[in-house]
Amino acid sequence: MIFPPPIGALLARAHLIIAKSAATRPSIRPAPAHPALRSLTVSLLSLALLLPLSSTSATAAEPIKLGEIEPLTGKEAAFGQQARRGVLMAIAEINARGGVLGRPLAVVVEDNQSKSGDSATVAKKLLGREKVVALLCGGTSSNCLEVAPLAQTARIPFVATTATAPEVTEKRDYVFRSCFIDPFQGAVLAKFATTTLKAKRVAILTSVSASYSVGLSKVFREKFTALGGVIALEQKYSEGDKDFRAQLTAIKAVNPDAIIATGFYTEAALLCKQARDLGLTVPIFGGDGWEAPELIEIGGKAVEGSYYASHYSSESTAPEVREFVRKYRARYNGETPDSMAPLAYDATFIVAEAITRAGTTEGPKLRDALAATKNFPGVTGRTSLDAQRNATKSAVMITVQNGKPTFVETIDP
Amino acid sequence: MSEFLQQLLNGLSLGAIYALIALGYTMVYGVLRFINFAHSDVFMVGAFIGYYLGKLVPENIVWGGLVVLLAAMLGCALLGMIIERLAYRPLRGAATLNVLITAIGVSLLLEYSGQVFFGATPRTFPAVFPSGNYSFGSLVISSNQILVIVVAALLMVALQLIVYRTKIGTAMRAVSLNPKAAQLVGVNNDVVISFTFGLGSALAGAGGILYALNYPSIDPLMGVMPGLKAFVAAVLGGIGNIPGAALGGLLLGTVETFVNGSQWSTYKDAIAFAILIIILLFRPAGLLGKFTVEKV
Repeated sequence: MIFPPPIGALLARAHLIIAKSAATRPSIRPAPAHPALRSLTVSLLSLALLLPLSSTSATAAEPIKLGEIEPLTGKEAAFGQQARRGVLMAIAEINARGGVLGRPLAVVVEDNQSKSGDSATVAKKLLGREKVVALLCGGTSSNCLEVAPLAQTARIPFVATTATAPEVTEKRDYVFRSCFIDPFQGAVLAKFATTTLKAKRVAILTSVSASYSVGLSKVFREKFTALGGVIALEQKYSEGDKDFRAQLTAIKAVNPDAIIATGFYTEAALLCKQARDLGLTVPIFGGDGWEAPELIEIGGKAVEGSYYASHYSSESTAPEVREFVRKYRARYNGETPDSMAPLAYDATFIVAEAITRAGTTEGPKLRDALAATKNFPGVTGRTSLDAQRNATKSAVMITVQNGKPTFVETIDP
Repeated sequence: MSEFLQQLLNGLSLGAIYALIALGYTMVYGVLRFINFAHSDVFMVGAFIGYYLGKLVPENIVWGGLVVLLAAMLGCALLGMIIERLAYRPLRGAATLNVLITAIGVSLLLEYSGQVFFGATPRTFPAVFPSGNYSFGSLVISSNQILVIVVAALLMVALQLIVYRTKIGTAMRAVSLNPKAAQLVGVNNDVVISFTFGLGSALAGAGGILYALNYPSIDPLMGVMPGLKAFVAAVLGGIGNIPGAALGGLLLGTVETFVNGSQWSTYKDAIAFAILIIILLFRPAGLLGKFTVEKV
């Protein structure tokens, strides 16, 4: 068994403490340690002796460790599962090419169970125990906001792959993202509402316990009113709520042209269902938080004809996209990737490329190399990281047609 | 006006589910004088029984839905009796606090075993009953909402009949009044308590199915919030009192819906619980509860 060096050191220290406490025990005659304790001490000692040998022999091709935090289970599991596949695909391809700096790339994944608080816990574990050289997170903005300050303090670069709330990267020079931000997405949605939907009065439904939803609603309200639209009503709910009939009944009473729901897919699917049950027939649309197979699975017929913003369309004819979709389908029994997988895939390549340019895995140097990323040709478009460490890309609008996500248009406000 | 009526309708259908769960809390409390916190997780198990069975029966057929509903009630009744036998019976006669902590333990055990066996990812509940919408003028009601209200009303009437018109119901009331005296006149306390748990859990199972039909995304922690609300409803109506639990559930559901539809929707849970505190300040025994002096 090969222990990483820190555990070896810890075991050696544990042995020392046990030995010392036995030696300094204030008894008249040297009390023999309990047999079990003695055998434990011996085994710890032998382990500690063995360790230096085993860890030196492993350095030859010791992998470069990346840390990944995902909501693999729970309410936002669809995001984490898709992002995880994107990262795994990228790692496999990078290692097939010989890895980075002559070493293979490895990824340690931790699940935050879609619970608030858990992202910080697992991030501490990845930074402290696993000693990862960079962090990736395909979860929500709230998840990434927990990880960002920890990465900043540890001086380990952190790339959020799908977190769109601006404050994730603000004032933290070790935090990057590989996707667009909500001020941009809000502008896209406002433009879509006015030009494509031709809506004059829109009602907003915000999830007040998700940073992403609150931010997106705020930007949408500003941009939409700037374009001459009117916000008919704003209603609120919390993450995990299942009954939206009350809010929707209030919305129905003001008779808007369209409804924007800025939360995530589980709530979006349920509220579409209840809106249709209540006889609301106006279009309902949302941001990239809607994107998941579960939207259609839970929503069924009710989400038909709804729209959401996304980072890329799998129907795009760009060669990078076609190549990616082909490889993804081959690897994951013919499933079509939504935008979480290619964003995470691109982010992994961006980190790998930055490590190559930096020539080292040291945090500060890797950070500088990441900040210098320019025109990286990814699946979700050419990525350049700006001075605020955000990616600038165009957005696409997707609609649900015959139970399948279908491309509508690309929008660059 | 039509918005008001629609919200009232929404509130009643939500309240009916709270009432169903609250009945379970109140019955166990009425007989044993302790809160069975695992009740909300039995509710969750009911929804999952429906989820797995729903895949086996044809969708959108009334008898298929009824089979699922009855199976979930039966499964939950069994689970409730097993919980009582293994976790609570050995503690009978122990301090109330011990039983309470055990109940919380059983609740957590069910929640997290659920995460292991069912997975933490939310599942989509199948449409086991045929669904449609009916509109009366500007009022719209879905068949699932009607189903909730009708099933809840039927079960409450059935419960009332069982408790007041049957032999076992009389025995339940006897145990509730004085367990030792009940034993003296030949009531088998173990059987009665077991039956109470079975009955209460069956109601939770029915609640689970009805809840999942209306909000078809289920996960192992789905019982926590509705369970807490139902507990509040039971206390609100006067714990131990069956019509009280129904009244409390309907009241809470309606208040919650009206707050949700207003601009203060963020405070919905705060307002619901504030109402509980205020009512208990003025009526410590709940709305329909009788205040009794503890005899020493």
